[in-house]
Amino acid sequence: MSEQKKVFFHVVREKWCKGCNICVAFCPKQVLELKGGKVAVARPEDCIGCRMCELRCPDYAIEVHEKGPEPAPGKDAANHDYDLPPEADHA
Amino acid sequence: MSEMLSYFRQERLPHIWCPGCGHGTITGALVRAIERLGLDKNKVCVVSGIGCSSRAVGYLDFDTLHTAHGRALAFATGIKLARPDLKVIVMTGDGDCTAIGGNHFIHAARRNIGITTIVMNNEIYGMTSGQYSPMTPKGFIGTTAPYGNLEPHFDLCELAKASGASYVARATSFHVPLLIDLIEKALQNDGFSVVEAIAQCPTYLGRRNKLGSAVDMLNWIKDQTINAKAAAALPPEKREGKLLIGELHNAPAPEYTASYGELVTKVQRSFENVKGGLWECAPNSD
Amino acid sequence: MPKTIKLMQGNEACTAGALAAGLRFYAGYPITPSTEIAELCSEELPKIGGKFVQMEDEIGSIAAIIGASLAGKKSMTATSGPGFSLMQECLGYASLCEVPIVIVNVQRMGPSTGMPTSPAQGEVMQSRWGTHGDHPVIVLAPGNVRECFDLTLRAFDLSEKYRVPAIVLTDEVIGHMREKVELPDPADVKPLRRAAPAGRTGYKPYAADPNGGVPLMASFGEGYRYHVTGLFHDETGAPSSKTEVADRLVRRLQAKVDLHADEICDYASESLEDCEVAVISFGSSAMSSLSAVRRARKEGVKAGMLRLKTIWPFPEKAVRELAGHAKTILVPEMNLGQLALEVERVVAGRARVVRIGKVNGELFRPEEIHSAVMGAK
Repeated sequence: MSEQKKVFFHVVREKWCKGCNICVAFCPKQVLELKGGKVAVARPEDCIGCRMCELRCPDYAIEVHEKGPEPAPGKDAANHDYDLPPEADHA
Repeated sequence: MSEMLSYFRQERLPHIWCPGCGHGTITGALVRAIERLGLDKNKVCVVSGIGCSSRAVGYLDFDTLHTAHGRALAFATGIKLARPDLKVIVMTGDGDCTAIGGNHFIHAARRNIGITTIVMNNEIYGMTSGQYSPMTPKGFIGTTAPYGNLEPHFDLCELAKASGASYVARATSFHVPLLIDLIEKALQNDGFSVVEAIAQCPTYLGRRNKLGSAVDMLNWIKDQTINAKAAAALPPEKREGKLLIGELHNAPAPEYTASYGELVTKVQRSFENVKGGLWECAPNSD
Repeated sequence: MPKTIKLMQGNEACTAGALAAGLRFYAGYPITPSTEIAELCSEELPKIGGKFVQMEDEIGSIAAIIGASLAGKKSMTATSGPGFSLMQECLGYASLCEVPIVIVNVQRMGPSTGMPTSPAQGEVMQSRWGTHGDHPVIVLAPGNVRECFDLTLRAFDLSEKYRVPAIVLTDEVIGHMREKVELPDPADVKPLRRAAPAGRTGYKPYAADPNGGVPLMASFGEGYRYHVTGLFHDETGAPSSKTEVADRLVRRLQAKVDLHADEICDYASESLEDCEVAVISFGSSAMSSLSAVRRARKEGVKAGMLRLKTIWPFPEKAVRELAGHAKTILVPEMNLGQLALEVERVVAGRARVVRIGKVNGELFRPEEIHSAVMGAK
C-alpha cells in the first residue's frame, strides 16, 4: 500500500530575509538557494515538509505549508504597509 | 500566513538583529510554544533587561516591559506578585542575567516565583560590540579580553538549580523543536522556570574567534552539545566538555505568589473581627 | 467613625498615610532609620489583601514597585542614604516611563555608611538630581509626625496625577520621634484614583499634550498590550532615536512639573509679611527654627519663617517675594548648604543669604538659630 506523497509550498518574505543562509544550508533535500542575497525555493517538489528552514529562520522569512485547497489571498505581514490607514485597504 | 505571526507586533518587523543571529530563532520558539498552549494574549506580560536579547519584547504583541540592565527579574517579581493571574515571562541574555542581574536571578529562583525565564545565551555582550561575559568560554577573545578570556564561565543551569528553580532546561537555536518543547513545559510549570537557549552571535563572538558564518556556528553549537538523557548512559569521557541539553531539573515546589496568597487569606481571617490598628487607615475599596 | 488619636512614630505615620492613599504593594530592604516602615507594611498589608516582599537589595525593591505600579497597584518603598543612592537608576526609569511610585527617604548622616542613627538633611540635591539626565521628580518634606501622614498621602496623589515619582524626604528624628496625632476619619480621605484610558483600539500609551500633558497609561493585564521601555520612545511606546521625538519627550516630562509648580508647591509660613530677618528651613531643622523665630519676635526682632513642605519643585515665587522685603535670609540645614544654593539662586542678591550648616549628626538647638537671627538683625 503506497502513501499519497505530500506536496508542500513555501511562503517567502523577501523583505524580512537577511540572506544568512541558515535555511539553505540545513535543508536536508537542498530545496532552497540564495538568489541575490535572498532565499529562493529552487526545488519545491523535493520538499519533505521537515520545516527546519521555518523553525531555524531567525527572521520569520520562510514558512512551509502543506498544499491543500488554495488558501484565500491574505495580507502578508512582510508586504503590508503599516503607514497606510486601514481605509486604504481594498479587499 | 502562519498563526504564529499574530503574536508579533508585525508593524515593527523586520527586527534589528544581525543576519544569522540566533535571537530571532529563539524568540520564534517562545512564540510557537505560547501558540501551542493557546495562552490569552491579554494575560501575558513579557519583561526584559538590556542587550540584544532584551530587544525581543518590543516585537511581541503582549504587555511588554523593557527595563534596566540586569533588573528584569526584579520588575517581573513586582508584576507577578501584584497580578499573580498574569503569565509573566522574562527574556534576558547571558550578561544581563548572570553578570549585573545575577543577584536577582538567584533570588527569583530561591523564591520559586512563577516566572518563566528564557536566557538567550550567545556567550558575549553583543549590543556593546563584543565584550566577554560570565558565559564566554575560557580563552575566547572579546574586546575587553584581547589576550583571551581568563575567567571560567558559569554553568547557568546548575546555578539556577542550586538557587531553587523548580524547572531548568537547556537547548539551542540549532535544536529548535526541542527548544519549543522545553519552553512549553517551562511555561506550564507553576514555579520558577529557566530555559537556557544557546544562540549564535556571528557578528561578534563568531567573527572575533574565527567561528565562521551563522551556519558554521550552528554546527559548532551542535557539536558541543549532548542530550542529557543520552549522556546519562555514556561513560564520563564521552561527556567531557559537552554541554547537556534537554530537561535538566523538574521538581515542582510551592510557588511564591500562591504561598503568599495563602498567607494573606489566613491573616485576613484572623483579623476579621479585630478592631483598631494601622490597617484601618486603608480605604474600603481600591 | 470617630477620629483616632494615637501616639505615633513618624515612620508609622508615613505607613498610615500610605495605607490611607490605597497602598497595596510594598517592596523594600531593611535600612536604618527606615526599617519600621517595611516592618509595618509587612504586617499590615496582608490584612487588607495587599502584598509585601523583602527584596534582595534596594535596586530590586524599586524595580519591583515600578513593576507592581504598572500592574495597577499603588506602590511604595522606604530607604535611607545608601539605599537611595542604589535606587537612582530605576528612579530615572520611573521618571522617564511615567510610572507613579512613592519613595520615603529617611535621611541619616552620610556620605557612605555615615552615622546610621543620626539625622541629616544631605539628600536635598540628590533627591532632585541623583539620577542622570533631565527628569522631573516631586519631593515633599514633612516637618512633624502628622505631616508624615498627610504628605505621604499627598505624595501618592501627586505621583498618580502627574505620573512622576514622588519622594517623601524625612530624617532620622522625624522618622523616629513620637507625637500625638489625630488621624482623619478614613471615610473623609479621598485618595486619587488612577485615570484609565477609554478605548483599546489605536491606544497610544504616551500620547499627551506636548505642553506638560500627562498620558493616560493603562495597567498591564487589562488588554491594552503596550510597550514600556527606558529607551526614548514615541507616543506608541516604541523606541525612537529621532531628534525631534527626544526633544519633545524630555521637555514634556519636565513641563509636567514646571507648569504645575503652583499647585504642587506647599509651604507653611509664620510672620513673613513684615519680617526683616527670615529663616527658610524644612524637616527637623524647622522645628528648632520655629522656636527661634518666635523667641526673636518676642524680643522685638521682625523675624519670620518659611517652612518648606515641598522642596522640589522649589517654591521660587514665595522666596522671590520674601527677598523683596527681608534684608537677611538664614538657611539652617543639616548639610553644608544645599537648600541654600536654591535660595541664593532665586534671591539673586536682593537679600543677604546666610548659610547655617550643621554636619555633626545633631539637630539644631533653637538657641543656635536664635543667636544667628539676633546677630543678623
